[in-house]
Amino acid sequence: MKLSDDDFTLFGLPQRFALDRAALDDCWRALQAQVHPDHFASEGASAQRLAMQWAVRVNEAYQRLKSPLKRGAYLCELRGAPIQAENNTAMSAAFLMQQMGWREDLDDAVDVAAIERLDDTVAADEQARLAELGLTLDAPGDPQTAALAAAQQVRALMFVARFRADIGRRLEALDA
Amino acid sequence: MALLQLSEPGQTPDPHARRIAVGIDLGTTHSLVAAVRHGLAECLPDAQGRVILPSAVRYLPDNGRQIGFDALAMQADDPENTVLSVKRLMGRGLADVRGHERLPYQFVDQPGMVAIRTRQGIKTPVEISAEILATLRFRAEDTFNDDVFGAVITVPAYFDDAQRQATKDAAQLAGINVLRLINEPTAAAVAYGLDNGSEGLYAVYDLGGGTFDISVLRLQRGVFEVVATGGDAALGGDDFDHALADWALSQAGLSATSAHDKRAVLVAARAAKEALTDAEQTALTCNLSGQTLAVDVMRAQFDALTKPLVDRTLAAVRKVLRDAKLKRDDVAGVVMVGGSTRMPAVRAAVGELFGRPPLVNLNPDEVVAVGAAIQANALAGNAQDGELLLLDVIPLSLGLETMGGLVERIIERNTTIPVAKAQEFTTFKDGQTAMAIHVLQGERELVTDNRSLARFELRGIPSMVAGAARIRVTFQVDADGLLSVAAREQGSGVEASVVVKPSYGLADDQIANMLKEGFASAETDMVARRLAEARVEAERMTLATRAALAADGELLTAAERDDIEALVTALAKIATADNHAAIDTAVEKLADGTEAFAAARMNRGIQAALTGRKINDL
Repeated sequence: MKLSDDDFTLFGLPQRFALDRAALDDCWRALQAQVHPDHFASEGASAQRLAMQWAVRVNEAYQRLKSPLKRGAYLCELRGAPIQAENNTAMSAAFLMQQMGWREDLDDAVDVAAIERLDDTVAADEQARLAELGLTLDAPGDPQTAALAAAQQVRALMFVARFRADIGRRLEALDA
Repeated sequence: MALLQLSEPGQTPDPHARRIAVGIDLGTTHSLVAAVRHGLAECLPDAQGRVILPSAVRYLPDNGRQIGFDALAMQADDPENTVLSVKRLMGRGLADVRGHERLPYQFVDQPGMVAIRTRQGIKTPVEISAEILATLRFRAEDTFNDDVFGAVITVPAYFDDAQRQATKDAAQLAGINVLRLINEPTAAAVAYGLDNGSEGLYAVYDLGGGTFDISVLRLQRGVFEVVATGGDAALGGDDFDHALADWALSQAGLSATSAHDKRAVLVAARAAKEALTDAEQTALTCNLSGQTLAVDVMRAQFDALTKPLVDRTLAAVRKVLRDAKLKRDDVAGVVMVGGSTRMPAVRAAVGELFGRPPLVNLNPDEVVAVGAAIQANALAGNAQDGELLLLDVIPLSLGLETMGGLVERIIERNTTIPVAKAQEFTTFKDGQTAMAIHVLQGERELVTDNRSLARFELRGIPSMVAGAARIRVTFQVDADGLLSVAAREQGSGVEASVVVKPSYGLADDQIANMLKEGFASAETDMVARRLAEARVEAERMTLATRAALAADGELLTAAERDDIEALVTALAKIATADNHAAIDTAVEKLADGTEAFAAARMNRGIQAALTGRKINDL
């Protein structure tokens, strides 16, 4: 096991989108129980340093694997189709129309209940897109071809995630 | 876990080899120290049998100090030299301290952290806190008649980097080896969870004297995982006192202008607040310069008066539940921590929000210190099973200033620590050879709305066209929640880094100077102290190495093992002499010499963890 191993190898998981979340969580806790700096508190500075590196690496992999969006993006990258969102901003007209519609709905929403209703709609759309992404990435056939198609789906999901974050900020502002 | 085992199998550990490790709750209104004794974590009482130490320090005319109850008793008579609630000033500039104009101190608004002018000169919050910490350290040393090996000190989960660093500096100044800073709600959960054998999601609502924290933790087989945390580092029981005091003065048509009067009315307000926990009505009375303030107050009036404060806590609770993507019914229980959770209105509001009565079966004053003591005992290697694992998060996002005064977030709040994250930036002007790095903490979009933690510069970037340089900025947050930042130009390898403390924390040489300047805890001989510390460290390394060899020795070849044994022997020899620098060097040599072994053992641990999981899956 090396610090440079990929996230899936580190967690002993198959390299695919579908994931047993409970198994991931259990494995994360088991790994942290081995590498957390607290277990080396009575040892020297070098053991502390090493533990810190491993604990950071395990947390990094866990954060990436547990988020479906990050996991999808990571799989695309591992399979030679990096997301590079800043250089790939072209989205379909239908998608952009949907986004604009949502933004208008958010501007028009006056109370918490209306915003939460909108969030439910967007969350459902996000779930559908994630299911689609899983089908693309885990389909039999050439992984790189699949990854190229998946990368575009990931970019769309990034827009959706950003919009949901904006919804969250609006809710916070209303609650303050 | 084998790594922490101190004795050979079949042998009883030598009772004298047990290290004294304590948990310290450094609170706004009072502080406590706890330790594991006879297998049980308990708060340590002073000579009069009191476990609570009021967080009050009075500087006396004769250069002496009063700390705790004695200082508290003099707060109205000597307000300018009696500092209370100093925790609210930790890591803060004067402008950050809400309501400072109501406090009776002579503030000195110096760069970095605010300070207080007393009859013994200017005192920083770090120095004042160190007096409290040293008092607790002496209490523990008197109790055990032995030196304290180390301490776990609790901080509000919502404390930012500057406040954490200030707390660690204060401990260092008090001569305490900080094993770990842990968050107060996490400590409470440890005490609560281990006591009740609970599993599942728990919320910890911690309303102390000056800070409010709300955390959601997942408790599972000895693992305490913080899922989300939030709160308000400037909201606590003190604010309820102020609200009541202001109301009473306006009812009576009086005002409190002198330091004595300001303090007297706050003392009376606090007493009235506490009386209203059990009584429906009480009288708020005190003597102001020449006049008597006497106002009757009903609990319903008090509740109405302080409702905005309670509502602020509830908003923070809802925010944390949203962050954690949880509904209130996902939470299996709500643990109440902090003396302010004794207020009936607070309990009722929390119960209503979660749809279940909160859990109040542990003493809300003691639970944090007790949890810290359990963790301290484990970190010192005294725990038998070593099953305890705390996985904490950063409370506030960390980021950098980018063009236009905007913040680019690098590490999002509620990310599990330790964590490191890197991001690449580039130059925006042709031939730009330096880049300013401004590190910020907070959730807002604009730089000016966030807390500035540090500024430093990366210089010597080779001249290139705009956008060609690739500057990789790495943020690293350690297990104490403390941040360090490094920047490196990828092409040329030019580097700059900073351990984030210059704007608020104390530099190491400042601490050294303070220690020299006859601080209460530093009256012992510095040289003797250094030697003792070096020997403790040598013993610690030797024990750890022997334990590791016993557990995983077969990972080494005979030659590798001999090399390590030789280093241990050399260290043992040097440790008998009186040269602390030589001991430090030998310890460092042993640490370097065992690095590859440590890596191999960690690898074996990871393999074991993965194999264990796979067996469970079958």
